[in-house]
Amino acid sequence: MTEDQHIQAILRLGDDTLVLGQRLSAWCGHGPILEEDIALSNTALDLIGQARNFYTLAAARENQGRDEDKLAFFRSDRDFQNHLLLELPNGHFGDTIVRQFFFSAFALERYVFLSRQLMDAEVAGIASKALKELQYHWEHSAQWIIRLGDGTEESHNKVQQSIHDLWSYTGELFEADEVDQAGFEAGLLPNLELLRDTWNTRIDDCLQKATLQRPEDGWMQRGGKQGIHSEHLSYMLAEMQILPRTYPDASW
Amino acid sequence: MSSTQNEWPLWEVFIRSRQGLGHKHAGSLHAPDAQMAIQNARDVYTRRQEGVSIWVVPAESITASSPDDKEVMFDPANDKVYRHPTFYKLPDEVNNM
Repeated sequence: MTEDQHIQAILRLGDDTLVLGQRLSAWCGHGPILEEDIALSNTALDLIGQARNFYTLAAARENQGRDEDKLAFFRSDRDFQNHLLLELPNGHFGDTIVRQFFFSAFALERYVFLSRQLMDAEVAGIASKALKELQYHWEHSAQWIIRLGDGTEESHNKVQQSIHDLWSYTGELFEADEVDQAGFEAGLLPNLELLRDTWNTRIDDCLQKATLQRPEDGWMQRGGKQGIHSEHLSYMLAEMQILPRTYPDASW
Repeated sequence: MSSTQNEWPLWEVFIRSRQGLGHKHAGSLHAPDAQMAIQNARDVYTRRQEGVSIWVVPAESITASSPDDKEVMFDPANDKVYRHPTFYKLPDEVNNM
């Protein structure tokens, strides 16, 4: 694994968590009930906190005078290497929960590996802290999947449709490119094939409890890790980045 | 906020702030069931490290004293100052009474 690939792997961890954190933060004030509004906002804050840690580490490692804010606010969509699933619009509450459900199962297993690997102690430290947060995100989304799936006819149908709509974005999570492969060989990143198995077990168990159907694997979306994004990311970034880009020296 | 809030039962939340202390009433919230009530309580009432343990109780399971009975219930204690431990001389070694 080259030094560049190592930094890229850390940046990707930051990009995943920042993009989803930014998306979720848009629920603040719009949650279906007050309690859920706070839960989603807490989750957004957890994710943005994780992104800050990864960005700060990546900035220190690349040593090019950038910091967490430069990485978050002064890169364009082609520079972001998050999974496509995370940049999708929030949709309705069921869509948001399904996205969270798919990602949390993945991120939880990924953090389990990252917290135990011995190749990069700082990554392991960030991952151990994030792991506790992800355990809660997983629990929270899984409990909602069960209640929506095994709830009313309307909630069942809506969440089943969300699962169907988002399914084609799950393949990319387990598709290793050169960085993933090099990271795996160096001992920094998990084997995505093995991770897919544990992900499947989590998802299938929960879908069964929720009386929901797992869609057939078909054609899968890809490109996020290569910077080829859906049309949604650049709009989201424009909104997220406009203030620091318009007033680069703004402080608060 | 939609009207679903009105359809979910109300839960009273009790938080233990530190080991060794009792659970104290923190507030109430709406949730579809006990497990979600715990999750909601965690998000609403412990996000600033307020607690190490949570109880949730269906609000309808709580039997409360009636405000109309206030005089009967509480006024008789008013003139019984001897129930307060203010008439004892404590040794200096006892600091925490």
